Amino acid sequence: METETIIETTNLTKRYGHQTAVNGLNLKVKEGEIFGFLGPNGAGKTTTLLMLLGLSRPSKGHATVCGLNPLRMAREVKRHVGYLPENVGFYEDMDAVQSLEYVADLNGLKKVEAREKIDELLGLVGLKDQAGKKTAAFSRGMKQRLGVAEVLIKDPEVLFLDEPTLGLDPEGAIQLINLIQSLNEEKEITVLLSSHNLHQVQKMSHRVGIMIDGSLIAEGSIDSLAEEKFGVGEKEYSLEEIYMKYFQEA
Amino acid sequence: MQGLYAVFKKELQDHLSSYRFVILFALIAMVSFITSYMAAVHMRENLEGLASTRFPFLMLFSTPGAMFSMVQFVAFFGPLIGLILGFDAINRERTQGTLIKVISQPIYRDAVINGKFLAGVTTIAVMLVAIVLVISGFGLAFVGVVPGVEEIWRLFIYLIISIFYISFWLGLAILFSILFKSIATSSLASVALWIFLSFFISLGAEVVANTVAPIDRKNEVQPEVVLENARIKELVSLSSPMILYSNATATIIDPMRKTTRSLILMGPMEELLSARFQSPLPLGQSIVIVFPHIIALIAITLICFAISYVVFMLQEVRT
Repeated sequence: METETIIETTNLTKRYGHQTAVNGLNLKVKEGEIFGFLGPNGAGKTTTLLMLLGLSRPSKGHATVCGLNPLRMAREVKRHVGYLPENVGFYEDMDAVQSLEYVADLNGLKKVEAREKIDELLGLVGLKDQAGKKTAAFSRGMKQRLGVAEVLIKDPEVLFLDEPTLGLDPEGAIQLINLIQSLNEEKEITVLLSSHNLHQVQKMSHRVGIMIDGSLIAEGSIDSLAEEKFGVGEKEYSLEEIYMKYFQEA
Repeated sequence: MQGLYAVFKKELQDHLSSYRFVILFALIAMVSFITSYMAAVHMRENLEGLASTRFPFLMLFSTPGAMFSMVQFVAFFGPLIGLILGFDAINRERTQGTLIKVISQPIYRDAVINGKFLAGVTTIAVMLVAIVLVISGFGLAFVGVVPGVEEIWRLFIYLIISIFYISFWLGLAILFSILFKSIATSSLASVALWIFLSFFISLGAEVVANTVAPIDRKNEVQPEVVLENARIKELVSLSSPMILYSNATATIIDPMRKTTRSLILMGPMEELLSARFQSPLPLGQSIVIVFPHIIALIAITLICFAISYVVFMLQEVRT
């Protein structure tokens, strides 16, 4: 089945002074897939996400997200893309509902519309009982779920999730993964997900990309990566083994 | 606009419901009230035996009671309002991780800084207007003076200048909150600059003037040297926003003042003469005198905000 490319970068480069954070990145993400973005800390994954959102200016090359150039049409891109940063923050004196209301306000939702949406989303992420609790008292897992609710307010076509399961307990992580998978299947949201937890990535991603030192060194389904490195299918090798192999060779 | 309004609404709500606003407001209201009360008490004594004064109402604001007048008080401590409202505007959001969340919503990035600045200015305006109204009402009740049309205009202009003056400090505090990552650094830096610009410049002006054009008291005093000395002192001290503001408002609020310059080389007879035959300046003339001051105040406020705007827009989100 041939699907459309929803995110494409050509030769995308970002330099901070002498340091090159992202080096000539060519990435393609297809519509409707979950793409696992792998790589060690400081490999340039977050920087790439920021450039795709138009929040950071590329030093060279360009990107297309939902057919738009994020550098020129940052606001339109951000209408279609929901971004959940690593360690998402909240205003501590607001409760879950107020926090969501503010995000709805920033997205230009009408009050009545927003109220319904917030109610629906709180149910979806399982925070209905904590709706009136201040976010300062939220646990890490609850914060992460509230963060997901916040990015879903705008009905995104694409989700950027930066380390969504980092620091979650196993139960919370599984809940979040199930939530992401159901969003992908039911609402057909494309998900670009960066993570260190290879086991989780293997479980949910259709395709993965491995980024080391600012360059993408491998891209494709886990099957094809395993075949390239070991000459056999996915079942024989876990993503962890494949990743380590790439990492050692890089 | 949608993003700007959302940020503005949220920030205004935050300001008005925060403890720091309540404490600040209570403090300033209390001090202003006390100074006006003192002014009123003194005014009763002063007015006794006079056939008529032209602007008794403005004296509530301009007469120094025990220590300082209401106008002087705002000049001294008004900046604190601006600093307190703005010193953690951006860096707090950066540390708690909400800034990146807000700017990844479909808004222009400048909506954040514009919204914050406008909310701060609105808070300042609300505060000042409330205080002036309370004092006016108090004047009506306690002293029984009714403001004339010109007095109301003068108070209005005074309010506008004051809002710009305090907004300058707000802009400065916001600039520091963008430049410095740590809240402690930005608050200290803004307070340090406030103290320097408000209190040390006037001392520095004296030193500079006496170095460049020293007045030799032992020998015969030359008028040119004294003039030069005074001119330099004034020039240097005008680089302080507080002096700029004090000069402007003192002339606006007190129609008897005819110049922002200090009168020098005046013999006792001259002084007596000028005091004996004084008549108030029309509003138009008062404005003409302080027009450069007003323009300068508005200019530094806008420049300060423009710098914060540019720095904020060019800064990397992730540092």
